This record gives sequence, C-alpha cells and structure tokens, in this order.
Amino acid sequence: MTEPKPRSDRSPWNWLLLIPVALPLITPLFNSDTPRLWGFPAFYWLQFAFILVGVASTTLVYRMTHRPSLREAIDE
Amino acid sequence: MSDHITEIIVFSILFLLVSGMGFVAARWRAPQDINHLDEWGLGGRSFGGWITWFLVGGDLYTAYTFVAVPALIFGAGAAGFFAVPYTIIVYPIFFLILIRLWSVSHRHGFVTPADFVRTRFGSPTLALLIAITGIVATMPYIALQLIGIEAVLKTMGVTGDSAVARHLPIIIAFAILAAYTYQSGLRAPALIAFVKDTLIYIVIIVAVLYLPYKLGGWGSIFDDAQAKFQASPAPGDGITLNANNQLQYITLALGSALALFLYPHSITGVLASKNRNVIKRNMSALPAYSFLLGLIALLGYMAISAGVKPLPGAKAGSLDNNTVVPLLFDQQFPSWFAGVAFAAIGIGALVPAAIMSIAAANLFTRNIYKEYLKKDATPAQEASVSKITSLLVKVGAVACIIFLDPQFSIDLQLIGGVIILQTGPAVALGLFTRWFHRGGLIAGWIAGMGLGMWMLYDIPNAATGRAHFGGSAFPLKDFGFDTPKTIYVGFLAVAVNLLVAVIATFILRATKTADGIDGTTTTDYFADEDDPRLEQERTTPDAIGSST
Repeated sequence: MTEPKPRSDRSPWNWLLLIPVALPLITPLFNSDTPRLWGFPAFYWLQFAFILVGVASTTLVYRMTHRPSLREAIDE
Repeated sequence: MSDHITEIIVFSILFLLVSGMGFVAARWRAPQDINHLDEWGLGGRSFGGWITWFLVGGDLYTAYTFVAVPALIFGAGAAGFFAVPYTIIVYPIFFLILIRLWSVSHRHGFVTPADFVRTRFGSPTLALLIAITGIVATMPYIALQLIGIEAVLKTMGVTGDSAVARHLPIIIAFAILAAYTYQSGLRAPALIAFVKDTLIYIVIIVAVLYLPYKLGGWGSIFDDAQAKFQASPAPGDGITLNANNQLQYITLALGSALALFLYPHSITGVLASKNRNVIKRNMSALPAYSFLLGLIALLGYMAISAGVKPLPGAKAGSLDNNTVVPLLFDQQFPSWFAGVAFAAIGIGALVPAAIMSIAAANLFTRNIYKEYLKKDATPAQEASVSKITSLLVKVGAVACIIFLDPQFSIDLQLIGGVIILQTGPAVALGLFTRWFHRGGLIAGWIAGMGLGMWMLYDIPNAATGRAHFGGSAFPLKDFGFDTPKTIYVGFLAVAVNLLVAVIATFILRATKTADGIDGTTTTDYFADEDDPRLEQERTTPDAIGSST
C-alpha cells in the first residue's frame, strides 16, 4: 500500500510530557508537613496537585498533536 | 455472624448481579464469530474511549491495590504513598510508547507483547523468555486478587476455621468468574468494570466526605497518625519521608511505573482499544483513578485515627494489616453501606483477575502452543486453547491461596514487579529502536533477572522476622556504600540489564554473529484503524537460510 506522506509522532509539544514525570520524583519539593491545606500536609496536597499537572500536560499534548484519522477526515 | 447479616445480603446481591452480567456479556457488541482470539482475547479490538477507560482503570487499579496501599500507609506512613507519584508519571511516560505498540500490533495482528518481540527481533527464543516472564509475573498477581476478597470475607465473618471452610466462598466466587470468562472472554470484565468502578467511586467519595467529619477533620486525622508513628520504635515511618527513604520512594515510584504497562494484562487492555486516539485520550483520563487511589491510600490514616485494630493473620501472633480498610468500613458505616463497600472490593478483584487470566492464557497460546506445539493452529483452535488455559490459570491461583501461605503470593508479586521490568528493553525500547542484537537482549535479561533475584533474596524483614524476600528496598550498604539509604531492586536490576544488553550487542556485532530479521517497517509504528492488517504469515527467521 502507498503512504500519502511519511507519518511521525514527532512534535515539540511532546517535551511537555517531561514535566509531570519529573515533578513527582523531586521529593525535596514536597516532603514537608507545612503549609497545610484543609488539614492536608504539603506532602499530600502537593502530590494530589501533581495529578492535575499530569492531566493538563497529556491533554495539551493530545490536542496539539491530534491527527484526525482518515475516517474522521471523511466525515468532516 | 448475625451482626454482619445485612452486609452479607447486600454483598451477595451485588455479586450475583455482576456474575449475571458476566454471562450476558458474550452477547454485548456481539461479533459474528467469537471463536477467534481477537474476539475472545481482545474484545474484537473495538473498544472506544469510555469502555477503555473503565476497562483499563479496572485492570490497573486492582482490589489488592485498594486493600494493600492503605495497609501500607497504616503501617509505615508516607512511604506507602509512592502509589500516587507512581500512577502520575506512568501516563506521560507511556503516552508515546503505547501508541506505537498499538499501531504495530494492529498492523501485524499481535495479541501479546511477546508476539511483537518475536517479529521485531526475529527470535522465538527471546519471545519465549518474554512470554514466560509475563506468565510468571501475572500468576501471583491473580492470587493476590483473592487476598483482596479474603480480607472482605474475613471481616464479614464468613470464613470458617478448617482449610476448606475458610476458602469455600473464594472457590465459589472464582468458579463463577472462571465460567463467565470462559464464555465471554474480555467482554466480561469490560462490562463488569462499569459496575465495579461506579461502586468504588461512590464508596470512596462517601468515605472521604463522611469519615473525616466523624473523625474530627483531616487535620486531626494526620495528627493522630503522626502521634502513632512518633510513638512506634520503627525508624522509617512518619507522615513525611525521612533522609533515608527518599531514594527508595523515588526509585520505587519510577520502577513501578515502568513496570506497569509491561504487564501482559495492561497490554491486553491497551490493544483492545479501537484506535490511537482512544489511547492518547485515556492517558489524560486515567489519572482520575490516581486521584481515587490517593484518597483510598489515606483510608490507612483514617483507620489509625479511628483506632482500628487489624485482625489476626494466617500465622499465630501475626496481624493482617490488609483487613484495616474493611474493618474501618465495618465500624464506621451503616451495615448496608458497608455491604456496598465490600461488594466494590470483591467485584474489584474480579475484573483484573479476569483480564490477567486472559492475558496469561493468550501468552501461552500464542508464544508457546502455537510456536512450539502446533504451528498451524487455526484462529478457532487458538481461541479454544486460550479459553481452557484461562481456566487452568485460575485453578492455579486458587490453589496458591489454599495450599500455600498467602505470604508466598505476596513475595511472588514483589518478585513479579522486578522480573516484568526485565522485559522493558526488548518490549518498550524495541518499539523505538532495532539497534539491540537479539543475543544482547537475552544476555541482558539473564543478567537483570539474576541480579534482581539475588538482591530480593538478600533483603530481610525485621518486622516479620524473615531472613529473605523481606521487601523491595535494598540497603546500599550491602554494596559496600557507607550509607543507610535503600533503593528499589527492580530499578537497579533493569539498569544492569540494559548495560549488559548494550555491551553484548557491541560484542555480537563485532564478532558478526547472525542477528534476527526485523519483520516490521517504520510505517507500521504509525498505522491507525483505517490501515489494513498485513497478511498474517508467520515466518521462522531463526531457521537457517531464511534470510532473504
């Protein structure tokens, strides 16, 4: 089968994925009891916050690198 | 027993409802011919975003996780919270890896990670190693799901004293599970996952709103936990990490994350999705479960604050920390809601157990049966071998729990994480580069396995008084470093694996040793659902004269 043009997953946006990988692994950033938020020590609420960072990064990368499949392209 | 009667009734009704769904699932999104491994073992590779979210979520976040992670927090504090960073970093790490795996599998009709390795590196031997590693790592994981159910049954008091009476409820539960998995394949856990996850979300949302209100607020829950850890003689516990366990925390989170999507059952869930975008979208949607897991982990602190005392373990004098969450629910919730919570945990065990047994069965069928026993097996024969193997796998898991000390399964699971990581260079790096020599990857696998086993064997556990396989935290002083720091075994083992693979590849290239033939092309790694599958023609590149 012939490819119309070479495909690739390369995109500068992919670098964004490094942020949520690195943040939760730098323990000095969040290994502390204070400041507390709603009674949660910083150690816990900061790691919960990192989940949101992860969601934001993967969502952004998905949006920016989205390639409509052939089927979707025909529908449009 | 009578004071648990409401819980038992609610639990039984929900359990039976879900079992019924499991049997009906065969007709859900029914294919023309279910007697094909793509249908039975991968649900027709047709699942969209929502089904995949429920299926993979139900697959990765198992009943054992829901019971063991809070048990860890209950016992050791902050160190047990590694499950949260672990399940944050796993998605960005695998974002680009899994879409390539999906594409090449779609193009070539791969069902297992070993299928990919076989074609990519032209080596049935390497594929066999990958398949055996996958099966060995998955089996104890299935057994552990039973421990999740057992913790619930113990709390409801439906377990007798004799060996048979103690295990009868689990045998019945697993027999039902085995029957509908046999009939419906991957469609059964996919359908049940809707109920399981909905129940879990309801239970946890209620728990994190209601329990802190009863226990005097989050602030006092954390303070109670801190008071307990300060009073305990153990050096490593506390509600934050200390100087000596941070390296362990980081390497365990990273190592576990790298291992997660190498597990055959995770890959089964991924390959069942219908296109690349479903996978990409799920990489941002699945962290919802990580949030849930973080909240579940904190149930361990609530149990401390509520003064929960764990039930005795299998051995005299030991305590079963896995019972703290069921006990917390039992003591704090009205009994009907405790019954719902127990059902959530019990059903939560069924979904991953089903997917794991399917994944292990597929590995056996594709990479052992078809490779070595019956090369010309038809898709229908493949499907029926897989169905029967999935039954055997479950019998094996139940036997593990009945005849062996449950601690043995926990040890094996610990080993499982370390050994599945050793497939990383071939499976994950293999998706990006064909640079490695097949012999180099085999050498690396042997080195990583050997080192990992030795390190695990070397680790004692002071708390349980065991001399070997006491945990996954390896003391660096055993390598001659003057430090009390520890490191995750799997992390070090896979680093050595990689190093050996690189060195051996250089040597094998220099000596011009024959390498396997790559059966894939660059474009295969970007194929999407519209691209046709290649004609399935299994070559035997290991044979002499096959090089074209």
